[in-house]
Amino acid sequence: MSLLKVENLSVHAGSKALVSNLSFNLEKGERLGLIGESGSGKSLTSLAVTGLLPSGIIPTGSVHLAGQEIIGTPDRQLDRLRGTAAAIVFQEPLTALDPLMRVGRQIAEPLARRARRDGKPLDSHALALNVNSLLTEVALGEHERVARSYPHELSGGQRQRVAIAMALACRPDLLIADEPTTALDVTTQAEILALLDRLVRDRNMALLFISHDLPVVANNVSKIIVLRQGEAVEAGAVEEVFTRPRHDYTRSLLTAARQFDAALEATP
Amino acid sequence: MSLISVSDVSFAYTASRPILDKVSFSIEPGETIGLVGESGSGKTTLLRLLLGLARPDSGSISFDGAPLEPGDSAFMRHYRRQAQVVFQDPYSSLDPRQTIYSIIAEPLKSLKIPGNHAKLVAEALDHVGLPADVASRYPHQFSGGQRQRIAIARAIVPGPRLLLADEAVSALDLTTKVRIVELLARLSSTMSLLFVSHDIAVVAALCKRVVILEKGRIVEAGETANILKSPQHPYTQRLLASVPRLTLNEAQS
Repeated sequence: MSLLKVENLSVHAGSKALVSNLSFNLEKGERLGLIGESGSGKSLTSLAVTGLLPSGIIPTGSVHLAGQEIIGTPDRQLDRLRGTAAAIVFQEPLTALDPLMRVGRQIAEPLARRARRDGKPLDSHALALNVNSLLTEVALGEHERVARSYPHELSGGQRQRVAIAMALACRPDLLIADEPTTALDVTTQAEILALLDRLVRDRNMALLFISHDLPVVANNVSKIIVLRQGEAVEAGAVEEVFTRPRHDYTRSLLTAARQFDAALEATP
Repeated sequence: MSLISVSDVSFAYTASRPILDKVSFSIEPGETIGLVGESGSGKTTLLRLLLGLARPDSGSISFDGAPLEPGDSAFMRHYRRQAQVVFQDPYSSLDPRQTIYSIIAEPLKSLKIPGNHAKLVAEALDHVGLPADVASRYPHQFSGGQRQRIAIARAIVPGPRLLLADEAVSALDLTTKVRIVELLARLSSTMSLLFVSHDIAVVAALCKRVVILEKGRIVEAGETANILKSPQHPYTQRLLASVPRLTLNEAQS
């Protein structure tokens, strides 16, 4: 059974189709990139997969996550899947984190909830140890200081590491990364990409990587889907799509990216 | 004579933490130069100083040989006409309640530039590749790339000799980015361009010369081609190694 099976997913706002007839599968440990520019529907797809679409935006078709149909299922029933079946890392950690809560407590919260649900509640000492080990896993040093910090006291890269630690807290099978490095500096981006790569491998998670940036996705996934105005115009293995794109739109994206690559190589 | 000359400029908002530390570089007439730095490098502060919105604590900035004097309103009016700026986010830099015509004509009015404004606005629109009939419309009717063209039209309408672009393509989609870079390259044949960006790939595509800023200091400066080929400073090396490329890693491909 696939970890994630999306069949004929469409998303509508009123009569307007924002995503049309999207289908794909994701197996355990597999990495898929969802690429598109603004308005392509890539973020809506990630929200539809986790049942987080805002009210008024209506999905149709079918999304099976860990064997559970998502579309049409009440929120309360989806709660047990969120965090464990799939967890999301968003673009902007400053809005994803609670500005009024110390970072350590924000990471402890999903840990504690998961432990209670498993019937093995953690005492505060055990919880602190778990928070520490997550901070180590996302390569955040100075655990005590970081755990006591509020989000605004950390750098953008540190905040994104915290958001990743929270996503890992419930040991998800699928990590959805929605433009996780777009708000970061280039050098920080490289560190976060390397971190995600390592975590996904170490924990054998599946990865759904959403980005507008072809080169960012290129080295982190094995398959990609190119979205344009809600429709998948191209899908396949990364090497295949990059070397033999079938759709004009994919070609124009690749040409644009290659132009900047060539500029860096100083080969006019 | 350099168009802009920045010499030994230092600046701090609070005494304990310097933002710029003895920064020196120049912009020659007609030159396109890139200023590359990440968050906290001081690039935005440097731009504020270049716009006369703040004064250096020490060191000096001169335009066309004359020192920049933020307090001298006659000088500043002259300077504003010569040096214009394009910001990162075209969604917040265009007044949503003004027509495109009023937005682009605004610098002509505020700088009291004589002449046929309607004609100047039409020419500016033409330069940025927008049809004349957009003038009566409003910003929300345009895409991000079109809005950035409008912002560029507003910047070039007074006929500046220097265009300061602050992350002007960073908020745009890849394919749009390519087209706006092409537009800036075309415009740079008639004016100097200081292109401020964290994105060294875009700078490489556009600028012959580059200045690399880290934590308020210039760590490396020179011909873009040379710096790309053999970056000397460890920070430049790290920056270049960090840029994601389309080329797949050997391990995967």
